[in-house]
Amino acid sequence: MSDNIRKIDGITKESTEALIAETLSVYPEKARKKRAPHLGANDQASGSACVKSNKKTVPGVMSARGCAYAGAKGVVWGPIRDMVHVSHGPVGCGWYSWGTRRNMMSGITGVTSFPMQFTSDFQEKDIVYGGDKKLKTLLAEAHDLFPLAKGISVLSECPVGLIGDDITQVAKTSSKELDLPIIPCNCEGFRGVSQSLGHHISNDTIRDYIIGTREFAEPESPYDIALIGEYNIGGDAWSTKPLLEECGLNVKAVWTGDGELDKIAATHTVKLNVIHCYRSMNYMCKVMEEKYGIPWIELNFFGPTKIRESLRKLAELFDDNIKAKVEAVIAKYDPIMQGIIEEYKPRLDGKKVMLLVGGLRPRHTIGAYEDLGMDCVGSGYEFAHNDDYDRTSPEMPDATVVYDDPSEYEFEKFADALKPDLIGSGIKEKYVFQKMGIPFRQMHSWDYSGPYHGYKGFEVFARDIDMAINSPTWKLARVSGNGWLHSTVSSPHPTFGHLLPQGEGIMISG
Amino acid sequence: MSNLLGLEVKKIVETSPEEIEKVQNWINTDEYREKNFARQALVINPAHACQPLGAQLAAHGFEGTLPFVHGSQGCASYYRSTLNRHFREPAPAVSDSMTEDGAVFGGQNNLHEGLENANAIYKPKMIAVFTSCMPEVIGDDLTAFIKNAKQKNCVPKDMPVPYANTPSFNGTHIHGYDSMLVSILQTLTEGKQIEGRCTGKLNLIAGCDFNTGDYREYKRILDAFGIPNTILADLADSFDSPCDGSYHIYAGGTKLEDAADSINGKATIAIGPYATPKTFGWIKDNYSGKHVTLPMPMGIEKTDAFIMKVAELFGKEVPASLKNERGRAVDAITDSHQYIHGKKFAVYGDPDYLTGYVSFLLEMGARPHHIICSRGSKKLEKELQALLDGSMYGKECTIYMNKDLWHLRSLLMTDPVDAVIGDSHGKFAARDAKIPLFRFGFPIFDRVNKHRYPIIGYQGAVNMLTEICNKFIDIKDETCEDQYFELMR
Repeated sequence: MSDNIRKIDGITKESTEALIAETLSVYPEKARKKRAPHLGANDQASGSACVKSNKKTVPGVMSARGCAYAGAKGVVWGPIRDMVHVSHGPVGCGWYSWGTRRNMMSGITGVTSFPMQFTSDFQEKDIVYGGDKKLKTLLAEAHDLFPLAKGISVLSECPVGLIGDDITQVAKTSSKELDLPIIPCNCEGFRGVSQSLGHHISNDTIRDYIIGTREFAEPESPYDIALIGEYNIGGDAWSTKPLLEECGLNVKAVWTGDGELDKIAATHTVKLNVIHCYRSMNYMCKVMEEKYGIPWIELNFFGPTKIRESLRKLAELFDDNIKAKVEAVIAKYDPIMQGIIEEYKPRLDGKKVMLLVGGLRPRHTIGAYEDLGMDCVGSGYEFAHNDDYDRTSPEMPDATVVYDDPSEYEFEKFADALKPDLIGSGIKEKYVFQKMGIPFRQMHSWDYSGPYHGYKGFEVFARDIDMAINSPTWKLARVSGNGWLHSTVSSPHPTFGHLLPQGEGIMISG
Repeated sequence: MSNLLGLEVKKIVETSPEEIEKVQNWINTDEYREKNFARQALVINPAHACQPLGAQLAAHGFEGTLPFVHGSQGCASYYRSTLNRHFREPAPAVSDSMTEDGAVFGGQNNLHEGLENANAIYKPKMIAVFTSCMPEVIGDDLTAFIKNAKQKNCVPKDMPVPYANTPSFNGTHIHGYDSMLVSILQTLTEGKQIEGRCTGKLNLIAGCDFNTGDYREYKRILDAFGIPNTILADLADSFDSPCDGSYHIYAGGTKLEDAADSINGKATIAIGPYATPKTFGWIKDNYSGKHVTLPMPMGIEKTDAFIMKVAELFGKEVPASLKNERGRAVDAITDSHQYIHGKKFAVYGDPDYLTGYVSFLLEMGARPHHIICSRGSKKLEKELQALLDGSMYGKECTIYMNKDLWHLRSLLMTDPVDAVIGDSHGKFAARDAKIPLFRFGFPIFDRVNKHRYPIIGYQGAVNMLTEICNKFIDIKDETCEDQYFELMR
């Protein structure tokens, strides 16, 4: 194992711990005590978590976290294309999460797919008198206006749970009346500590209301699988599904990217579940394993090294026919991937990246950066659990900093010290770091690009990472030549986190 | 079997292509439109957000101010990311992360801990607190909570901590803007009114405007007059800050001392009667000097009214530079009117944008054929109707109050127009109708730098006109038959 322990020059357990201590020094004592266990130096050899996780966010620190509703609407339910997803409550939650995750959908909008914003738009009177009646009416209206919708999800926002509405009863009654699956999902934003509980609640509703209620029309085959935790961000599923099919497998359902309700409902008959985003869907894999005896396997579709490993791991579970096909696929794509690496690696070799994302990306993408010659010098999650950090440890170089639900301040301080060449995180972080002149890619949404999954995705990923790091535009942040003439440095506003190193910042002096 | 709905277990049947085609055609029919307009409960694709978003916007308009969401943390993430996407700028804000136990015990502990942490970490000069659903439903008493916070020294006693109740189940983002703004001004000006003092300044509130170019434009116009001014809730630098290798968490905003002294101003103009009624009402009763509320100065007439009012309030001649600017704008309009004349538009947006779009279009000889307001009052409807009645190009135009963008789609398919004006969310309906969408409102998630181009003032009129006319010319160039493809247009 010790051969696999990777070190980064200048990063030691001591240096990382000193950085953490210094970062927290500004916090009030109580907040410091709460935050300290969530920051740590990776112990790669241990292969286990070096931080605590899945705890309440400390108030007032500027967390990047979302809520249970976000996990239900944005992540699990929202991507199912042939359903109407009702944001039940006031107008905002559904409006903010409308089209902002980039889970692409096929179909005809308003006819067979519904990437729209459906809401009960609660008013004061709905808070006072309850919204159950309104819900019943709107379910009938939705069915009437969208007759080809295969079902309706009712995703509760905060007030619904607080005023004591019974959406379950309404859903059951209306389901019968309309002969349509209507799934009540009590994913109010105040539940739990992050998006994560929304994933869990949504998985539970799939378990309780969906799975087992449909059967595939065609006969079963030993190669029937489902692709779980693939949300088709920027078209990811349109890269991974064909890849698995090229390996000889029948992808009967995708959960839930470009997903179809009926196929999800019939997934209990597949032979294997292949899970990509473990965090958001491990629950249903475990349910299907216990209840239907379906094994599951966790794969990584980022970068040729991990894809190769994953496909071979997958082939092990099947016969020689699949093994041969998988080897043929690897043999076909390896040279193409090598060509991509040869093009980009010379410009990216030795560059450092820091990550803060959700789900699986803070660990799963590390290999793809490494394929391009880059090192990950810090990584963390918004809403991970201990098992995610266990899985992260072997992927991260030793002694690098791991952060759970970091505040914006912590993230900036770490970046200030580690001086990465690239940061991969979310929209809330993007412009902070870009102002500092640090190249950045949104790693939730692929920054309006994608796909990043599969072989097809690696080409796009490599191009985007090169574009971000090597764009000539970053140099423009500095005045060329000897700088402005006859000016002095002046800052009208208090500076917070001036990140560029001394001597490398903008030179505005006469 | 875990089928809690008790529905029959079925084999999967694919929908037939014929049936899909039938529905695809049906949703474009008059019959569907009627059904669609008969909706009582379901809202589809609304063109408005909730109050706290506007409250956060207002808070960003003040120097050193940290917006603080009292409520669930997901709310703060939603407001921040929405502002990030529109401006392509940072939008720092914190929340106090209320969870289940807040529902039982109330949110005071979260608020106090949050204030203490936010103050220690982000060192703001002011913290602007506003609420999302949870504390509104459980009835948290912000007044008491914040008083207690100061007593407990969670924040320094002299730190301004304005707060606003901004329930998401009432009104839209413009109402949150209003509530937060009036609270900020009340807090900052408390005890600052000095008998006999006059700053000699004009205070200007731009309304719930998400275009940073507009703020710079107001400033430029007032500077051209030589009138000393304070833009209140000034977002120009907050959401349009330089990329120079450093990050300033508080990049802009009205200086707190200027805002405090604004109560002694010579005059105050509140733009946007629909976004600032509370604020203006309070200013009228409390501020020194004269007070005026004006519509967003979009188009020539409304800009004229704005300029004349400024001149009148300060007894100044309109400077030659602005007179020339007006002349150049009119020159641009007469040069290009033929590309917009008679064109039919569907428009939607916040009330103050809407009155602007409608009067601009009528001035150009275009027809605001469908006017959709996602949430608006009788007063607004009357004002829009009066605008239509005042122009022959307003004939046969219809106002649809409290309708959404799925209604808009039905209108576009059954009673076609040439283009839509609104925010990015209209792109789906516009694409189905195969017509262009002109993005002038909020949010704009799918085009770059639009918030830097003013839509108010003479320059704003030229900007809007140029974008619209050139697009129509583009369409002609892209779609005309070869023999009609020519050099000149």
